[in-house]
Formats: sequence, structure tokens, C-alpha cells
Amino acid sequence: MTTFEGASRQPRGLVRHVGASWMQAPYPALVADAAGGVVQANAAAARLFPGAVSGAWLDTAVPGWLADAHRRASDDGASARPVRGRHEDLTLEAHPTVGADGDIVWWLVDDTDRVLAETALQSERRRTAFLADASTQLLASLNVQRCMEVTVQLAAANLADAAMLVLPAAGRRHPLAVSVGGGPVRHSSARIDPAAVSGLAEALQGFPPVPSRWIDPATLPPWANPEGFDGPAGSVVVTPLPGHGVPAGALILLRRGDHAAFDASEEVFARIFAARAGAALSAARLYTEQAGITATLMVELLPPKLHQVQGVEFAGGYRASRDTERIGGDFYDVHPGAGPGQDTLAVLGDVCGKGLDAAVLTGKIRTTLQALLPMADDHRKLLQLLNGTLLTSRHARYATLVLASVRREGRLTRLRLTSGGHPRPLIVRRNGEVEEADTAGTLIGALPDVNARTAEIDLHPGEACLLYTDGITEARGGPLGDVLFGTRRLREALADCAGMPAEAIVERVQMLAGEWIGDRAHDDMAVVAISVPHSNHLTAVDGHTRGRYTA
Amino acid sequence: MTPALDPPEHATAGPGRRPTPQTAREELWAAVRDRDEQAAAGVVFDLLDEGADPEQVLLDVIAKVQFRVGEEWAAGRMTVAAEHAATAIHDRIIAAMSHRAAPGRTAGAETAGAVAVACVDGEWHALPARILAEVLRLRGHRVDFLGAQVPTPHLVAHLHQTAPVAVALSSSIPTRLPAAHAAITAVQAIGVPVLVGGAAFGPGGRYAALLGADAWAPDARAAADTLARGVPRPVARAMRQTVDDLPHLVDQEFTLVSRSRAQLVKNTVAGLERRLPAMHAYTEAQRERTVEDIAHIVDFLATALYTDDAGLLTRFLDWTGDILEARGVPATVLDPGLAVLQEELKDFPRALDFLVEGRAVLDGRGSCPTIPSPGNEA
Repeated sequence: MTTFEGASRQPRGLVRHVGASWMQAPYPALVADAAGGVVQANAAAARLFPGAVSGAWLDTAVPGWLADAHRRASDDGASARPVRGRHEDLTLEAHPTVGADGDIVWWLVDDTDRVLAETALQSERRRTAFLADASTQLLASLNVQRCMEVTVQLAAANLADAAMLVLPAAGRRHPLAVSVGGGPVRHSSARIDPAAVSGLAEALQGFPPVPSRWIDPATLPPWANPEGFDGPAGSVVVTPLPGHGVPAGALILLRRGDHAAFDASEEVFARIFAARAGAALSAARLYTEQAGITATLMVELLPPKLHQVQGVEFAGGYRASRDTERIGGDFYDVHPGAGPGQDTLAVLGDVCGKGLDAAVLTGKIRTTLQALLPMADDHRKLLQLLNGTLLTSRHARYATLVLASVRREGRLTRLRLTSGGHPRPLIVRRNGEVEEADTAGTLIGALPDVNARTAEIDLHPGEACLLYTDGITEARGGPLGDVLFGTRRLREALADCAGMPAEAIVERVQMLAGEWIGDRAHDDMAVVAISVPHSNHLTAVDGHTRGRYTA
Repeated sequence: MTPALDPPEHATAGPGRRPTPQTAREELWAAVRDRDEQAAAGVVFDLLDEGADPEQVLLDVIAKVQFRVGEEWAAGRMTVAAEHAATAIHDRIIAAMSHRAAPGRTAGAETAGAVAVACVDGEWHALPARILAEVLRLRGHRVDFLGAQVPTPHLVAHLHQTAPVAVALSSSIPTRLPAAHAAITAVQAIGVPVLVGGAAFGPGGRYAALLGADAWAPDARAAADTLARGVPRPVARAMRQTVDDLPHLVDQEFTLVSRSRAQLVKNTVAGLERRLPAMHAYTEAQRERTVEDIAHIVDFLATALYTDDAGLLTRFLDWTGDILEARGVPATVLDPGLAVLQEELKDFPRALDFLVEGRAVLDGRGSCPTIPSPGNEA
């Protein structure tokens, strides 16, 4: 095949310089002169370009891009650059070597495979980057709605022209989320027949991974044709979202008629994406379910919202020892008296220990106390009954608590305060004096018998009583880092609180203790303030009265 | 105060006595000063009965009076207790306003997206956030008001459960900026944009962008406007570390100063005692105040290191100087503490620069105090 006139012509300078071995080189090479005529082509080059015989014009023998490159290289001389172009199915790289006589040797490298590999690599990199990004976005939120949004938005922007996510039915309705072109997501909940879309029912029932299915777009039910998705769907794919053991839903991907259909690698890719979305959705649903259960169980354990009763203000504040929790071993409650002449009973206590275990016992104590309310006139008896209950319970914990019965008598507010092994309540007088209520008693749930001494205190308008747990006074911190907050600081703080409404007192005590602690560890802290408003009339606004209030 | 926000006199002065925001402010101020909740509520509800716009009542009356309460405290004309009492009265009036408005809500309310409003962990001043929450409710948002001092784990758990369109985060104390930064990062990591506000974010909200917040608003009205325009969701990034936003933190000065805070305070107090023999005669209470002052300076210095802005320390010193002088104490009492800190922190070049600037500010203070508030709240 090779036409070579080497024997009949003197080898020219460049060829002579390169030597004869290039003729057998495995890579194509050809020599052309400055005028654009082929001088010589080696065996490999001749196979590539059958017309490249000596004397032929490059323009007729090789692809245009190479002939053009030759003209440029002839002008540029030694600074000629390599070029690349296609020839039949191949991608070739052509490197010029310019000789002194103007002849140019073109060394041709077939880098078709490399180009293919590079293209494949780039596409894989794009997909990997997309999946990494998708995972980041999907895992960011544990909210089911948000996960649905992210899933359809990513799918509609990267995998198809529109995407619809169908979740397993909640009741009879299926939650749906739709995005067209990655735009805003529309949520809805609809009674649909999954069997109307081929493969959807199976995907939602959790049958073994159904291969993505080709669906005739014309058979799609109207609900599966998203609003804003103009033009007929050209191709449709249903991909199941495998969750953790249970099907998390199914993704319907739609492409417009003029858009290419899904190829096999795209389907695989859609499945990989769907697996991640399914895992994220499952996690979100699990979290939502757990959070719901926790919230339901915790309702009774959360500190109650307090407000005023018969013109006496009650306010409470609670801070659990761990910032991640809302409940702990401290508790408080206010039980308004049944009638106008009845005492209101406030209780604040501290169960030995902290965390959830302690919180469960506070729930038990609060429930028991509620049942014992008819006995509230006799604090000692009430404590004895509570003591009996705790002694027989399976909890090996004890508690301290303080009871405050509050009765309004004209301008006076009469308190009966009884401590069961608890820090004594503090009384804030109008003039800023702070007294300790003279009450003492044994702690509850430890000994068979309970002793308690009740203190009777009268509050005048502008005065208040503070019940607190030792989490406040035993808070460690301060500017020097390791000092107890202590009763002295608490009393000093309260001295500034004369005349303040209960909420403000609670807030101030919590704030000072909180600032004292800074970022350090601390125990559960609970405070209840009972205050008699400054003014003569009943408190004007309690946050619970609707509309205009009357004094 | 911005009188420009008040409508012209003739617009509100109808037949008989119709209160203007200006007169209402005076009346409300007088009532909260006297801790007369009844009178205070009367002023606000009279205004509303006259048909005043609730948003205007919140922002141009209550928020303005609350601002004045802060100013009066700073000027030493109001005790902490009176300030707390005034705040409590405002808080309860706002609660009553929202109850009053609730049944009359027009159909089609809550058309705007859900917003969570919270104070940064360690931030106890809830009123500005409370006012914002009410303004947003009035504008049709569903609002979850999480209150003062919300630990970031609570905030994050709430967001997972509710997925609001945005979080509005309030902080008035600059030393809470590192906590605010942690909260902003945590909220954005779950794909929820954060709008911040409050005096902590500095003049013009300069620290909001520094800490990567998605938006900042100078007051509740602007915040509501910003949310109405919509704040785009942050781009979820897998790994965002504190130093990505604040590369200067790699010098560890913030870390070392805040970690050794207690020791630094102890050493500085000891150093002061050597310098100022008079301190030996201090009462226990005076000593405690001095220790607290030093601790505050160290906290602000640490935050200045965190934000890499000397202004954070110098503005605090200037403001503290005003507070001291309003109580008859010369601002120069702060200087020896700074001088001792310079000795303690001689290996910390950024901290030293800030302390030099701080001392220069104290040195250059005029003798007449100006009594600004720490910042423009609400």
C-alpha cells in the first residue's frame, strides 16, 4: 500500500536527519513541503490517509483541519503548535516538526480513547459532584416537606424537565411535590390511583427495586402532568425511592418531547439519586415521628405557663441542666383554688438527679399532688401522703419541695409556706428588704415519717415571694469562674426587685444566674415568683384576657 | 427617635382629643416610669380604639418608649428594677394586643411564610424580638416566637420540625456574637436563611455580613420588609467551619483569651492591686464590681478578637465611660485595667493593638458625657 519513492529520490534534509526508521514507526507520520505537497508518508500514515502519496496535495489527501494547520505551520516556522481534529471515528493530535528547508514532519497521535475517557471522566465528575451536593442538601434538613422540596427541585433541575415526588399514602391521600425545571415547589395532597402510572404502585408498595420503566406519555393521568409543564411529555421514568426498609416514595421524571429520552446510564444515575433521596426522606420521617412521640409524652412534663390568679401574679422560669433538653429534675405547678374563697397552691420542687429519669419522677409527683389537692389546707398531711407514695414507688429517688398556699384577703395576700427539705422561700418587701420564710421540714421520699413547719407570711401590694431550687444558688461561675452564686447574691438581686411584677422577678433571677454561669455546666434551675401588684386595682393585662379588659 | 415616621399633626388630630404617637409616647412613658400598668395599657388601647395602626403603635410608641427606658437607665435616672418593670409592662401589653387582634383577623391572614423569631443563646433582652414577632404576625406571617436565650440545639430542633422560610435572630449584646455565629451557621446548615438584627450586630449591621447572615435589618419594619421581599435559601455547604468566615481566628488569640478568661481576670485584678494600693481598702462589694468590670472588658476584648474589629472594644469602653460618668465616676478608672491587660497579653499582637486603641479612646474622651444607648434596639 505504501507508495514510497525513497530509492528514486535523494532523501531531503529533514527526512535524512530523522533517519529511515521512522518509516516503520507504529505511529503515523507524514512529511509535507512548504507548498502543501506530500513528500512522504510512513506506513501507519498511509493506512490512515490512503491518498497521501508523494506529490499529492495535502488538501486532497488529509482532513481540512490538518491541511489548514500545515499552512499556518509553514508561516509560523519553528513556533508551530500542535493541533487536534477528527478523522473518521478517530481523534488525532498532530505535532509539527519544522525543518530548515521548510518541510514539516507531522507526527500524528491517535488519542481517541483518551478523549473518550476524558469525556466519560468529566461526566462522572459532574455526576459525583451533583450527588455530593445533592447529599449535602438532602441531609441538611430532617423535615419531610423540606426533603421533598429538595428532592424534586434537584431532580427537575438535573435529571429531567419536571419531577413529581409521590409519597406513600397518609390515610387515603398521597402527599405530592412537584417542580418544573427546578423552580418553586408545589405541595399537594391528593387521592390518586398509583396504578394509573405504570410501575408507581409497585414502587410505593415496596416491591423489590423495580427497574425504571418506559411509559407512554400519552397514558399519563392528568394529575401526573404537572401544571406549568407545557408541551407533551416526550419520555417518562418512574424511579422508586428505597427508604430504610420501607418504601419512602417514588419519583416520576418527565422530559419534554423535544428533549432526548433517558438513556441507560441516566436511568442508573437517577436510581442512585433516588436512593439518596429515599434515605434522606426516611430519616426525616423517622425523626418527625420520634419528635412527635417525644412532644406528646413530654407535654405533661414541661413546666406549665403561669398567670395570675385572683389578682396575685404567678410566674415561673425553668432551665434544664443540659441545653439539648427541656425537662429535668426540677418542677413547679400552680393550682388555682376551686372557688373564690379557696387557696391557690403553688409548688416547686427538685428531684434528686437530673435528665429524663428525674423528669419522669417529677411527672409522678405533680400528678400525685394534683390528686391530693383537696388536702392542700394541711401542708404537713399533704407532704406525708406524698411521702408515702414516693416510698412505695419503684423509684429509689427522693425529692425536696416547697408548698405555697396563697389566699387574697382584701389588700392583704396571705401565704402559707412549707418546705420539705427545700431551700426556704425568700420574701421581697416593698422597701427592698429580703427575708427568709421561717419554714423547715424533712425531704420527701426518703424517711417513713415527715416533719414540717409552716410559715405564715402576709404580702402587701408591691411585695413578692420567690421559690427557687438550689440550681440557682449553687450555680458555679462568675467573673472568676469557680465561685458559687450563693444565697447572698440572690438576696441582693431580689432587693432590687421590690415592686416588680412576678415575670420581671423571674426573668431577672434567671438572667443573673445565667450570666453567672456563662457557658459552664450547671444543674437544673427553677424559679417561681408570687407577687402582689403595686397598684390597688387588679392587674390590667394578664396576656390571657381577650380584647379590652376591665379593671 | 425618628419624628419623620409620625404622620403630620393634622392627620391624627381629629375632633376632640385624638392622641398622636408623640403624645401617646409621653403618656406611656409617664405610666411605665410610675409602674402604672393600668395607665400604660390604657394609653395603648385608647390609641387602638381610636383606630391607630397596631404596627405603628408597636414601633412608634412602645418600641420608642422602651428605647427611652434604656436611655434613662444609661443616664442613671432609672434603676435596673424600674427598667425591668417597664419592660414587663410593655411585654404584657404586647401580649394583650395580640390576643385582642386574634379574633378580628381577616380571612386570608397568614398568607406569608412561617418565620421563627428567636434570641441568641445568652441573650435575655426579648422585647425587640417580641415586637418583631408581633409585626410579622400583623403582616400575615405565621410566627413561632421562641423567646429569650434560645439554646442553638433547641432552635435547630424547632426548625427541623417546622421548616420555616426564615429565622429572625435577635441579639443586643455584642459579646454574644460568637454564639450568634454558631446559631447562624447551624441554621444555614439545614437550609434555612437567617435574618439578624439588634445592637450586637454593630453600627450599620457590620457584623451581620461578617458572620455570614443572609440578611440584616436595622429595625422591625425593615426586617418585615426584607422578609416580604423574600430571603433566598442559603446554599448548603457540607463543611463550613468558623475559620471559613473568620480566617483571622487561626492565630488562636480569641481561643486563648476566652479559654483563659477566668485566669486572665484573676491576674488582672491582682495586677491592679499592685498598681493601686487604694484597692486594698475596697469593700467586698466594691471589689466585686471591679472584678465584674474587668471581666466585661475581657469579654469585649475577646469579641473584638473574634470579629477582628477594635471598634467593638473601643465603643464598649466609650459607652461604659458614659455610664460611669453619669454616676459620678470618671471614665479614666478603666485605664489601669487596660494597662494591666497589656502586660498580661504581651504575646498577643492583635489584642495589644486593640488595647492601645482602647486606652487612646479613654484618653481622648471629652469631659462632658453624651449618654448614648448601647445601640438602637427594636
